Amino acid sequence: MHDIGSLVDQLVESTKTSVGLFVPELVLSGTIVVLLLCRILPLVWRVPTQWIALLGAFTAFGWTLSQFDQLVTPSEALQVKTLFTGLLKFDEFSTFFRMFLSLFLILTITLTVLTGIPDREDAPDFYTLLIGATIGMMIMASANHLLMVFIGVEMTSVPSYAMVGFMKGRRQSSEAALKYVVYGAGAAGVMLYGISLLAGLTGTGSLPEMAERLSMIVAQGQGISDPTNRTIVLASLMVLVGLAFKLSVFPFHFWCPDAFEGAAAEVAGFLSVASKAGAFALLVRFGLAFSGQSKEVSSIAFALGIGLGVLGAATATFGNLSAYGQSNMKRLLAYSTIAHAGYMLMSVSALLVLRFSKQAGAEADVASLSCIEGLMYYLFVYLFMNLGAFAIVALIRNQIFSEELDDYNGLGTQCPVLCFGMTICVFSLIGLPPMGGFFAKFAIFYSVFKATSVHWVMWLVLAAGAINTVFSLFYYIRILKAMYVKPRPDGARKVTYDLMPVGLFVLMVCLPVLGLGLFPARFSETFHHVASLLLTGR
Amino acid sequence: MFSPEVLSNLIIFVPTIFAFLLIFADKTAVEFMRVWTLVGTAITFALSVALLGTYAPADGGIQQVVAKEWISSWNIYYRIGYDGISLTLVVLTGFVFLISMLASWGIEKHVKGYLILFLILETGVMGVFFALDFFLFYVFWEVMLLPMYFLIGIWGGPRREYAAIKFFLYTLAGGVLMLIAMLMYFFASASHTGNGVGSFNLLELAKWAAQGNVFSPGLQVAGFILLFIGFAIKVPTFPFHTWLPDAHVEAPTPISMILAGVLLKLGGYGIIRIAYPLCPYGAQYASYALVAIGVVSIVYGAFAALAQTDFKRMVAYSSVSHMGYVLLGIAVWKINEVTGAAEGANYWLMGMSGAMFQMIAHGVSSPGMFFCVGVIYDRVHHRDLNQFGGLAGLMPRYSGMAAVIFFAGLGLPGLCGFIGEVFVVLSAWNFSKTLAIVSASGVILTAGYILWALQRVYLGPAYKGPHPEAITPMNSREQAIGWALIVPCFALGVYPNFVFDYTDKPMAKLVRSLDEGYQNTPKPHGDVQTTQK
Repeated sequence: MHDIGSLVDQLVESTKTSVGLFVPELVLSGTIVVLLLCRILPLVWRVPTQWIALLGAFTAFGWTLSQFDQLVTPSEALQVKTLFTGLLKFDEFSTFFRMFLSLFLILTITLTVLTGIPDREDAPDFYTLLIGATIGMMIMASANHLLMVFIGVEMTSVPSYAMVGFMKGRRQSSEAALKYVVYGAGAAGVMLYGISLLAGLTGTGSLPEMAERLSMIVAQGQGISDPTNRTIVLASLMVLVGLAFKLSVFPFHFWCPDAFEGAAAEVAGFLSVASKAGAFALLVRFGLAFSGQSKEVSSIAFALGIGLGVLGAATATFGNLSAYGQSNMKRLLAYSTIAHAGYMLMSVSALLVLRFSKQAGAEADVASLSCIEGLMYYLFVYLFMNLGAFAIVALIRNQIFSEELDDYNGLGTQCPVLCFGMTICVFSLIGLPPMGGFFAKFAIFYSVFKATSVHWVMWLVLAAGAINTVFSLFYYIRILKAMYVKPRPDGARKVTYDLMPVGLFVLMVCLPVLGLGLFPARFSETFHHVASLLLTGR
Repeated sequence: MFSPEVLSNLIIFVPTIFAFLLIFADKTAVEFMRVWTLVGTAITFALSVALLGTYAPADGGIQQVVAKEWISSWNIYYRIGYDGISLTLVVLTGFVFLISMLASWGIEKHVKGYLILFLILETGVMGVFFALDFFLFYVFWEVMLLPMYFLIGIWGGPRREYAAIKFFLYTLAGGVLMLIAMLMYFFASASHTGNGVGSFNLLELAKWAAQGNVFSPGLQVAGFILLFIGFAIKVPTFPFHTWLPDAHVEAPTPISMILAGVLLKLGGYGIIRIAYPLCPYGAQYASYALVAIGVVSIVYGAFAALAQTDFKRMVAYSSVSHMGYVLLGIAVWKINEVTGAAEGANYWLMGMSGAMFQMIAHGVSSPGMFFCVGVIYDRVHHRDLNQFGGLAGLMPRYSGMAAVIFFAGLGLPGLCGFIGEVFVVLSAWNFSKTLAIVSASGVILTAGYILWALQRVYLGPAYKGPHPEAITPMNSREQAIGWALIVPCFALGVYPNFVFDYTDKPMAKLVRSLDEGYQNTPKPHGDVQTTQK
């Protein structure tokens, strides 16, 4: 038995080290406080809040970057692996995502500065929501406890609802936000129920302990017909529903096109990338939590993996087919993000299938490496290509006051830089070399291909992925067709952009897409390293 | 002057460099940009000829030039090299781009964008011919796709949007199939590379395939089907050809020239360089079907060409027919049922060489035919075969040139089209007499549609179609292009060793290794050969 004193000592010790490593989140929280003060105190009314937000984001990015740097350098690996007595995980994987999210925060804030979507008065509120959601996503990415899973998801969701409805005057915007809230609340409720079932069954909320506890309670050799096993499956599925909602996976995607259409393009871009990144990190963690010696637990996880594969295939197909009929750019891109969630889900499915197959062993670890590598690469490219696409939609909207595809006709000659950026993003979204999207898709297809040797269903998943690549061409190419092939109608509003600073921003976002396709070696290796540490370094 | 290493890289990237510098050119300096691009393509052509000069076909092996690590954790290399097969096609590419650039003078719309895309396209094509790494090959293959979409979609004819998307879609679908085959081989080779990561090295993969015990028969068959469809779309052979007439008809003249002259060859090249060496078992397994597809393409293309009233569409279908010979020549692989050894391997080698020659010959004659169509279309703005006639009197020099080029396409002895067709048909006789007879009848049909077209366009009493006033003799630029096309038509027809000197040894080597590969592959028990008895 621990006496209270040593327990307190332990707690204090853990908190001390944890706070030191938790600085990026704390900095962002501090930024929120400063922003809110700006709102309240008349003295600081004049301070341009976007610079405060940007400063906070840069600090967080720099800090996480240096943490990441230290972590992936083999010699100086930090010993601390969990924060706050095991509530949060602090490893290469989570730090990568925290870095990723803060980088994305910087880019989004920069974009909002350029487009001026929150006006001066609303800016503090907007940035508060934006940063708050980012913190939630960071927690999602590093959650190591069921409690933190829920807190992370909710901290992300609540500001997102408000951001979707941020353009208060627009009916559409409010409607979208309402839809989003209702769906979100429902999904969160289901997820919470699943979490409580899991915690009740296992008697712990800690993810690493879960597998062990599960293998203790799983009825030996009873298979799915045993009530306990059934409850575990049900609980896992309920948690997955919550995540599927965040990922806008079919059939939990209904909110996505409406919310994106109603929200400003900047917000849609933010949500499409950042909340997906957080949710995917969480999904991977949740899936890996089933790792253990028990064959029964493995077989449950294996079945989940197959199920995710089927869902991924359905999501990609559904997203691509629905996108075909869209005429609104944001709606089209919303369906495209659904499709991309499907592709990424395929890699998680391959991960679970490979890792929890019957012949799993040391080889399965190596085999499943490429799944995580592929997922991380995809997300990293996706950050640039999807943000680029949404940013260009926002920038064009500022000039022609329209987001309809037909109004894009003939823009190619009027704003070459924006259209060039869009071309790069679109080709990357299709997955054509030499863009980054190709290498990412290649890595994911490869991991799915590996999984085909374990289970035949993965052949269908791979086939769906391949066919979808061809499907997606139809609607993506419509964007380029409008921009380049169609003539600009007479009397259409002119679009003029100087190279500075808008063009510079677009190039800054779009050229990495090209770079990631031409020189993937460095990133691919880093992600490979991170994946191997995640899978084996426990 | 330069080492082969530098030369090959320059050939690939000089066009890109020229394209990049074009970005900074003033939009209004149209003439300067055209000359600049012409210089770029001329330099590329000169470099490719220089590379041909350094090539010493000692044993017909690949001269590997560069192998630089690109993505090390995936075993992906920037690996380029060449042998006689790729080198002759590289020179052809340089030549076709050069004359197409000359033919591009008439493009007035968004000249800068056109020229940039034109040059990027050349880089993509050259890269495909040089690539010896499957991944790199795939990257260049798709890079080629992007400019092509815009070149057809923006500068094309009235139905250009439809044609461009159709072209893109077909090629992308083929590319995806190729991608899956690539993954299959990458995965299957993982246990042989030594470090547990698969290989994309085409030479290494081909070597293992020739050993026979690395890739299972099932993998080879599946891989071959995927790869073959991917390349057959590009060739294009019979069931996959429908994009071609649309793309050809809608594309502007110079792009049609490139499409017919070079891009179609990529399909044949892919079959020779990748599909066959990687899956000898699969290729032999499918050989009867392949020969049949080749023959059907020849006859079907010829009949379709006969039925056209659009001059350009007729030429497009003639490409389907002519490229059928390429597939036929490659596919005539007959084996001895007992030993598994190739029967009459020399005939097969002859077919392969004939296919190769046919690719080069078609690469000269087909752009020539499209150019002839373009010349008259530029003047009278229609292509209806039934509204022409009497051009020989109005444009004698043009008509003479056109006659030579069309006769080269027809396969008149002494011109370039003859050698390839004869080689292929002769070798087909060894494989199957029936199919050989059918394919030979294709020659007659070819003569039919070409002579009939010549008669309707150039002969007859007088031109009665629209815009008779616009018919003027060829200008000097057009004449230069015409001569540039006619010279190789004669040269290759009279002295085919211009090609065979370079391709004979690599082809012999290829045939040998394929033969070995098939014999070494353990046959599945109770396998029924699809080859004819």
